[in-house]
Amino acid sequence: MLTRYKIETRDLHLYYGDFHALKGINIHMEANTVTALIGPSGCGKSTYLRTLNRMNDLIEGVRITGTTLIDGKNIYSRDIKIDELRKKVGMVFQKPNPFPKSIFENVAYGLRVNGINHKKFIEERVERCLHQAALWDEVKDKLRKSALSLSGGQQQRLCIARALAIEPSVVLMDEPASALDPISTAKIEELIYELKKNYTIIIVTHNMQQAGRVSDKTGFFYLGELIEFDDTKKIFTNPAEIRTQNYITGRFG
Amino acid sequence: MTHLDTELKALKEDMHEMFRLVLSQLEKSKTALISLDKDLAREVIVNEKRVNSFELKLDRDCENIIALFNPVAVDLRFVLASLKINSNLERIGDIADGIAKFALSIKLMPEKELLEKTRLVEMFDVSLEMMRDVMAAYENEDTKLARSVFKMDDVLDEINLNASTSVAEFIKSHQDRINQSLYALSTIRKLERVGDQCKNIAEEIIFYIEAKVLKHSKKLN
Repeated sequence: MLTRYKIETRDLHLYYGDFHALKGINIHMEANTVTALIGPSGCGKSTYLRTLNRMNDLIEGVRITGTTLIDGKNIYSRDIKIDELRKKVGMVFQKPNPFPKSIFENVAYGLRVNGINHKKFIEERVERCLHQAALWDEVKDKLRKSALSLSGGQQQRLCIARALAIEPSVVLMDEPASALDPISTAKIEELIYELKKNYTIIIVTHNMQQAGRVSDKTGFFYLGELIEFDDTKKIFTNPAEIRTQNYITGRFG
Repeated sequence: MTHLDTELKALKEDMHEMFRLVLSQLEKSKTALISLDKDLAREVIVNEKRVNSFELKLDRDCENIIALFNPVAVDLRFVLASLKINSNLERIGDIADGIAKFALSIKLMPEKELLEKTRLVEMFDVSLEMMRDVMAAYENEDTKLARSVFKMDDVLDEINLNASTSVAEFIKSHQDRINQSLYALSTIRKLERVGDQCKNIAEEIIFYIEAKVLKHSKKLN
């Protein structure tokens, strides 16, 4: 389908059984931008994020209608292979979840399961991704050590490196810094800024200042609806919707 | 009420206090000059220190709110507007202080004829009315009232424009009152700047409430 956007969602509805979790979402993301999704717990922002790599498909009783295009292809059409989609759309979760393997093997994992065994190729890709994730200098002398020996902030950057190894073009981040201290958070934010040059990033965050710092566009979700979607600067200086203003100024409810 | 709400309310109350203090300074400077009340002039000059220290306190309060609460949207606009209005008020305070110093420098009460020709009293009254209006507009978040001062400023501009001619005419027939006449002219120039400061305050109030930037634009409605 024709779209000028990297990602475009049209009239998306999602039901968990009887519960209508996403109600007619229309949103689009341009390539090489960062979009922040904000809203109170249970508003649907993480559910929307997971529709972009079809993670919700794993939940029993989920029903989805509407269209989501990535690079102009409907990711819910029958000819889409989910493992191919997830190669294109990487994901980083709230809690760092490295595999109980070495630092090197964590990053190499995605390549190996995709049948790549060329040693030199894997080494080069691991190094490049660790550089991209701003972790190389800290781990280059202990690549064979367990990933679980790293700090929380390092583990999260390792997870980002792991996500980058299979060369996705979209990276989804579900509160990637909420479990981290301010220094690690700053590194993740700096990293997001750098990664934007090569990737399209969508980040769910509860931290308003973080949304303001890292994103180009911000979408405010409430009760399953996308209330407002606009330039981040506009959202945080002069939102059009009173509900957005009440939420970002902490006067919600 | 959130913690931030409490801080913003306190800021608004303190800003109101600053408005009242500066308005009172300008009112007193008028009486000091027109009635040649030198005691009142001295009071204005002493109070100028209070205006200055209040300005610094309000600056600190705004800085603290921004640093500690990271306000956004309407809250951020309110703090930014207050920060700028605070600076405008301090300048009006400086002007009142300057007029009070004129009152200390002149020896005779300004001639009735000079006051009439230059429309100095009217200039004071319009400036004071503009100040009262922006104060009420800030207090009540009334952008209509804020906008009304743009028109009033036209009166000040007109008086200011004609001031040199009217002062020159007065001097021609009152050679012994040159000093007093020049102070009257300088006061008019100062009051014209009060009008500008009030206009700036009105622009900030509109920015805070309506998120519209009027600066450097034609302020129609």
